[in-house]
Amino acid sequence: MVEAGRSPNIEILTNADLISLKGKPGSFKADIVQRPRYINADDCTACGLCTTYCPRHQEDDYNEGLNITRPIHIDYPQAVPATYYIDPRSCLHLTHDTCQICVPVCQSKAIDFSQQPEEMTLEVGAVIMSPGFGRISEETLAKYSYGKHPDVVTSIEFERLLNPSGPFAGEVRCLSDNRHPHKIAFIQCVGSRDIGCNNGYCSSVCCMYAIKEAMVAKEHNPEADITVYYMDIRTQGKDFDAAQKRALDKGIKFVRAKVADIMPWGDHLRLTYSTLDGKHNFKPFDMVVLSVGLESPPDAQKLADMGGFKLNKYDFCATDTFTPLATSKDGILVAGAFNGPMDIPESVTQSSGAAGIAAGLIKKQRGKSLIHKTYPDEKEMGDDVRIGVFVCHCGINISSVVDVPKVSDYAGDMDGVVYYTESLYSCSQDAQEVLKDKIKEHNLNRVVIAACSPRTHEPLFQETLKDAGLNRSLFEMVNIRDQCSWVHANEPDAATDKSKDLVRMAVAKARHIQPLPEQTVPVTKSGLVVGGGIGGLTAALNLADQGFNCALVEKQDTLGGNYKKLDHTKELIAQVKKNKLVTVYTNSELQQTSGFVGNFSSIISSGKGAKVKETTLDHGVIIIATGANEHRPETVLGNTVKYSQNIVTQSELALQLEGKGKSRAPKSVVMIQCAGSRGDDLNYCSKTCCTTAVENALTIKKINPDSQVIMLYRDIRTYGYAEDLYQEARQKGVLFIPYEMDNKPSFAEKGGKITVSFFDPILQDDITMNPQMVALSVGMVPEETDTLSKLLKVPVTADKFFLEAHVKLRPVELPVAGVYVCGLAHSPKPVNEIIVQAQAASAKAAMPLVKGYVTVDPIVSNVDKGTCIGCRLCTSLCPYQAIQMVKDENNKPKAETIVASCKACGICASHCPTFAISMGGFTNEQINSQIEAFGSGIKEKEAA
Amino acid sequence: MAKAKKSREGTVMVLGGGIAGVQAALDLTDLGYYVYLVEKSPAIGGVMAQLDKTFPTNDCSL
Repeated sequence: MVEAGRSPNIEILTNADLISLKGKPGSFKADIVQRPRYINADDCTACGLCTTYCPRHQEDDYNEGLNITRPIHIDYPQAVPATYYIDPRSCLHLTHDTCQICVPVCQSKAIDFSQQPEEMTLEVGAVIMSPGFGRISEETLAKYSYGKHPDVVTSIEFERLLNPSGPFAGEVRCLSDNRHPHKIAFIQCVGSRDIGCNNGYCSSVCCMYAIKEAMVAKEHNPEADITVYYMDIRTQGKDFDAAQKRALDKGIKFVRAKVADIMPWGDHLRLTYSTLDGKHNFKPFDMVVLSVGLESPPDAQKLADMGGFKLNKYDFCATDTFTPLATSKDGILVAGAFNGPMDIPESVTQSSGAAGIAAGLIKKQRGKSLIHKTYPDEKEMGDDVRIGVFVCHCGINISSVVDVPKVSDYAGDMDGVVYYTESLYSCSQDAQEVLKDKIKEHNLNRVVIAACSPRTHEPLFQETLKDAGLNRSLFEMVNIRDQCSWVHANEPDAATDKSKDLVRMAVAKARHIQPLPEQTVPVTKSGLVVGGGIGGLTAALNLADQGFNCALVEKQDTLGGNYKKLDHTKELIAQVKKNKLVTVYTNSELQQTSGFVGNFSSIISSGKGAKVKETTLDHGVIIIATGANEHRPETVLGNTVKYSQNIVTQSELALQLEGKGKSRAPKSVVMIQCAGSRGDDLNYCSKTCCTTAVENALTIKKINPDSQVIMLYRDIRTYGYAEDLYQEARQKGVLFIPYEMDNKPSFAEKGGKITVSFFDPILQDDITMNPQMVALSVGMVPEETDTLSKLLKVPVTADKFFLEAHVKLRPVELPVAGVYVCGLAHSPKPVNEIIVQAQAASAKAAMPLVKGYVTVDPIVSNVDKGTCIGCRLCTSLCPYQAIQMVKDENNKPKAETIVASCKACGICASHCPTFAISMGGFTNEQINSQIEAFGSGIKEKEAA
Repeated sequence: MAKAKKSREGTVMVLGGGIAGVQAALDLTDLGYYVYLVEKSPAIGGVMAQLDKTFPTNDCSL
């Protein structure tokens, strides 16, 4: 978010509405109206004084109306843009033409009530729709007594209650009487899987967020008694089942039940629910959390009309399985929850994919509007240490507690400090000009700023240093606000002393800081895709669409992988073969890879036996799309499996159903879900089996409506729109019967006769039957990943899928820079999700290729080869494979940092037994001098 | 009302500044395009900015 706010190439238009959208790929015209904020963004320093003085109250939307704020406010301190705004719905001046107290209060004169709406036309080459999702209607929530009793809250309200920045500063309290709730119930599927409110789909995310919220609530209060009432637990995502297991281990209870109603009961709530055995039960709770689903955004129809694209029957954007990110209008793409309910990683993946497609559509326009900032040459450092210290008042945020002039004067007496001053807001635009002038005037070669958090403001100050001809590393920031004035608000003297300590330490460090070069490494502008299934094919074509050469390596002699038979795959293969930028290597494997992001060199071996041919390729990036295979377990739920004509896997059943004639559909079939998944044999959920089984069941019912289909399941996971199929199957008479792991179904084939036994929780009895067929939903296992994992030094999970760099925010990148993953090699998923991931991986992979070089953060590690003893401890510990061993002139092994791969975590430096490794900007000398400066302060105090 | 016009080649409009929109915008700049990120509320971040911790890393979502 902050990154987006800072990018010179993203123009953020907030308070803005789309009015009309016309055009075609390459040339769209969008009319936008920007509503006034009544505060000038350039002048507002986000000090917050205006909010303190504003006399009017209003509900705080950011906290879901659970507490109050003022019409002039900012939603939360880290908001981007960090500019306050005035809510015209409640501001006294804008509603009654009075007040205006805020105007003279604002010391930077940022408030401007004369602002008017601004209309503008944007001419753009492509459009990405990411308007998010809407809220479940109050009418639906009212069925659960929401609005009638204050302790019935939505999950997003509960989220705010858990949040340290929430209404009770992170304490969960009942809204009725402020007590801490002891018994909490979560109710799943509120506004989802509910035909009553026309939301037949499953919102896909609620089970997982309910588990997360329940666990966080347990962290707040380990004694809390939490029960989740559910129909099916849908934790189908990567490692999500493990999260539910952790929740169970923590004592969170899960009850399969339908909730009938919630009624006030004294100062409690009474929850009535019915379980599968037909029994009605009552339970008291202090608080009930409604796990609300994701609705289509309220302006969906308006957007669709303006853009000229279609919506589906639930008013989400309509997309096709094989073009999952394209709306029905060329040049308009869609990403995130508007494309159907989805969680954060999937939204992020879709965004990267959509960005890549948009980039491909208008590749001729690439770079034409990009702003590249230029800076003056860095000036000579000279031998003298010339430090400038700037102490910030932050309005009154710091100076109301800390004696800022005292701290500033104190700094003035320190060695090396040639200039010191105070400023009202160091971060304001005019303060940047002052900073630049003072650097020149006093020939400063190091700058210390004592103000707020480096997390938000360090980049701004470093930018100013660069503008003034100073290397950005010649900067040290001291946080005397968040870590001093805010936390010691009642101890002004001690806070002033602490500020002095912090400034003294920073100056001590600053004496030793040196300019660090900003390094760049050139990039070979081509890619390597490993695996020629639907994911690999999509990724290779996308890279080619963006204008890059690409090698596609496939182990088998034909392309297509698991989805070979799909028309879409055949089309992709034809395109790949035609595309001059893609070189295909079938019957081939990756033998060896060396190098680092932008500069890989690989050996591909093709053919078998004596005819093996080796090809060496230089490439900048690698995409792993090695896929997965059907799992064929030898035992299922404790039963030994002998696969036969009548005991088959779901994919074998699907093949059989493809034929002709009525007899191809079995007269009776028992389908067994999670055969080998979810802790039976494999630990994970294979995500696709429930939908595949339901599809097969429907095909059978279509061929022969009299066929008996029984599905034994643990949780039916037809998430998203697949829920429609599940409903249809139930309507067509498919029987769905849940089983528990402590009472598993059994099956055997003897003399051509199949016997299946299971417990029916509705009849409360054991059933034995003789179906014609048993179909096992066997799940999938990744194609062998160990070899590639070792070759590329990228990690895999315990389940042998590749482990991404960050599960939520970097879902297709691997921890080794320049290596990406997509498809089933990442985790089990259906074909549309494979395609999205392939599109995302190729977009991410294209980034270093577009740029042409890789930039390196100057704070990387650096090995002093003279001191290095070649023990290899650092290479074994580096999580990014960023240290290699090289031979010095005496043929001795020495460690060397691959700067392009280093993430500056410092693990190597902290473990080096001979202190041969130092981190740029955090050398031992610098840190020791900081510690000594801290100690010297204590000595001074003791002496005094 | 004065009507401003922003006409440049190689630009993309992203409508909606939640996590999806922000990610799309960042990726587009890395792919060589200038982006207009159009958001109806006064700040970007969307619903994710309201979340406490996120599974499984419990990272702050901001």
